[in-house]
Amino acid sequence: MIFKISRDIKFSNFYKKMNIFSFILIFLSIIVLLFKGLNLGVDFKGGTLIEIRAENSTTTIGELRESFLKMNLGDVKVKKFGKQNDYLINIEATKSGDENFIKSINDKLSADLGSAVNFRRVENVGPKVSNELLRAGLLAISLSLAAMLFYIWIRFEWQFSLGAIAALIHDVVITVGIFSFLSYEINLSIVAAVLTIVGYSMNDTVVIFDRIRENLKKYSKISTKEISDLSINQTLSRTLITSVTTLLALFSIFIFGGAILKGFSFAMIVGVIVGTYSSIFVATPILNYTNVTQKTVLKDSNENN
Amino acid sequence: MLYFSKIKLFIIYFIIVILSFFSFINFVDNKENFILSKKVKLGLDLQGGSYLLLQVDTNPIVTQYLQQKLIALSKFLKENKIKYKNLKLANQSINFQINTEDIEKFEEFLLNKDNPINIYYNQYRSYEMNHYFDGNRVKLEYSKFGIIEINNSAVDQSLEIVRRRIDEIGTNEPTIVKRGSDRILVELPGLDDPNRIKNLLGKTANLTFRLVTETEDDFGSEFLSYEDNDSQLSVSKRVVLSGDNLISAQPTFDNQNNQSTVSISLDRAGAKKFARVTQNNVGKRLAIILDNKIISAPVIQEAILGGNSVISGNFTFQSATDLALLLRSGALPAPLTIIEERTVGPDLGEDSIKAGAISLAIGFLLVIIYMLYKYRKLGIIADFALIINLILLIGILTILEATLTLPGIAGIILTVGMAVDANVLIFERIKEEMVNEKSIIHSFDMGYKKARSAVLDANITTLISAIILFFLGSGPVKGFAVTLGIGILTTLFSAYFFARHLSSYYAMKNKDKQIVL
Repeated sequence: MIFKISRDIKFSNFYKKMNIFSFILIFLSIIVLLFKGLNLGVDFKGGTLIEIRAENSTTTIGELRESFLKMNLGDVKVKKFGKQNDYLINIEATKSGDENFIKSINDKLSADLGSAVNFRRVENVGPKVSNELLRAGLLAISLSLAAMLFYIWIRFEWQFSLGAIAALIHDVVITVGIFSFLSYEINLSIVAAVLTIVGYSMNDTVVIFDRIRENLKKYSKISTKEISDLSINQTLSRTLITSVTTLLALFSIFIFGGAILKGFSFAMIVGVIVGTYSSIFVATPILNYTNVTQKTVLKDSNENN
Repeated sequence: MLYFSKIKLFIIYFIIVILSFFSFINFVDNKENFILSKKVKLGLDLQGGSYLLLQVDTNPIVTQYLQQKLIALSKFLKENKIKYKNLKLANQSINFQINTEDIEKFEEFLLNKDNPINIYYNQYRSYEMNHYFDGNRVKLEYSKFGIIEINNSAVDQSLEIVRRRIDEIGTNEPTIVKRGSDRILVELPGLDDPNRIKNLLGKTANLTFRLVTETEDDFGSEFLSYEDNDSQLSVSKRVVLSGDNLISAQPTFDNQNNQSTVSISLDRAGAKKFARVTQNNVGKRLAIILDNKIISAPVIQEAILGGNSVISGNFTFQSATDLALLLRSGALPAPLTIIEERTVGPDLGEDSIKAGAISLAIGFLLVIIYMLYKYRKLGIIADFALIINLILLIGILTILEATLTLPGIAGIILTVGMAVDANVLIFERIKEEMVNEKSIIHSFDMGYKKARSAVLDANITTLISAIILFFLGSGPVKGFAVTLGIGILTTLFSAYFFARHLSSYYAMKNKDKQIVL
């Protein structure tokens, strides 16, 4: 057989530096989250979102803002969205009692701009529903973290659970922190992305853990540090290939999937990169810090037998 | 791991053929055949349409029910010679005072399971009302289950009326279902502008005919304003005739006055009553009131016999048509509020389908090329597995007649990206085995065996996320959970059965050669 299988990178030499780096990132994320907060979309904050296409190509964003200002709807944000002449409008008010609310906006807008305005998408979410959606979203994320914790706890030893959960929280906090920093909107699809990131990051971590456990059982003379280096190296090409194919699919959505999926695919791209990094530099070091040895895994398999 | 029994092979390929058939029939245009008509449905975000969540406001109904209860109660107390005072409604409860010596008797009556005032629900093991005694004071209010019963019946009735109204307009394949205890979900595919339906659903359509009163300080009258302007009129609180007496309503055109009107016909009881009232009140004005707004208040010219009448007002043809529709479908028992609306125009839906298809095709192609580049011949196996995976996924979605949404397409693309992981795990393992192992067949065998636990672990974690998302997500996001979840199952199938079979074939063929992965 004529191929080289083991790259030999001493990942463990970088643990300290990378952990400091992670702590800085998490610290910054929390600071940004605390002071800047999240830009919650209508799904979670309530309000009205309208995607419009101006039929008249000379329409400017200023004209739109001016027209909305005249309508006295409270806080209104207008921004470009996707193609030229497409705009996304975020209105604080919902006016759920008034069935003609959307129509009246369209009428006034068309009159002010002097040409028809095409409402391509309207989302109007009342305060009660947005509260429920927010609660369901938070519940979904917490539940998935709990379910992962439970799964790993059954399959591995507690040190592994600790490492995996630390990595998951690391990934979620940093992804959400980046969204806060960039003021990207958080809507239902971002929650879906976060849940998928949780699944993906876990997946990545488990593959390395699986190998560490196998190697721990196999070699009694090698230190845990070296075992973790060996295991990461053995699984490294898989880790990279899977990340690359997943990122290829995600970039394809990000670039060609249209404006609606931009936020979702961006969150996923960040999550996959952070998730791959955290499996190696967050989850695995914790096994070393908690003194996982051959005993740890053998004891468990005896219990199971 | 490389040996497949004939029966196993048969089952594997049988499943693939069946599911390929189902994914193929999406392109067959056949609506009659039970099987051939199966299609993956497009979500509202892809085909355009409106999603409306309506909240039934049951508070007015509870008050209304309490009022009836109050009347029944006072009648009962009188019949049983129980003295009471200060009987009144306050804060959604009935309050009154009785002599302390009567309390025991009264409670005994309330807890009698056959009493007419406080119904006992066997299915909940609870009474309709809760009662509280405080000295000589009595307080009655609806119990949790009493409220549930009221909500249920109000929502059921509302659902029926909503269905009638939407059916009358004739949109294609609407979905109208109950959501939770007091909500109704309406999905209207293909509807571009939901404004008309929103207006129709927002009206209770409570029609009454009441006489206009001359004296403004009359105790039995109240001020109501016109529908189209702010001027007011004093009308009697006594209802001459209500929408319940209607049997039909049609928009008509009054050629004489050149305006649209609504002609109505009344049932026998209504016709009789209407005849009597109009006979006795010739020369007076009769107000026609919809949801507490006056439509018009014409002067009664002559007695109207026979039960046919015409409602005039400031109607356009459209508004006359809508009023007739509302009257025909009946009044809602409680006001409805639209608490969530999501509407996607058809052109955006089309754009989304195009964008979804393009990104799927490109993502798919990139992954296929990358796998070929990385694994050469084994890459072909992985790519075949990927194609089969996609076909199986669409096949299952078709059998389930699942709804495909834009996030759902993203789920499929993501599956494409992540599905190769299973084969990557296995191939990497085979490579490792080949370092120490002479026999190719043995390397392949061990590769599959040893990678199994990692493959399972890796996929189960993603499956957990998908399941949670399915139960807690709503609308389009649910579609994502569906494609992601099913994608994982098809991935496992295609990697562990289909690709393994191809690999075993490849290994057998090359067992004597040196192969480089």
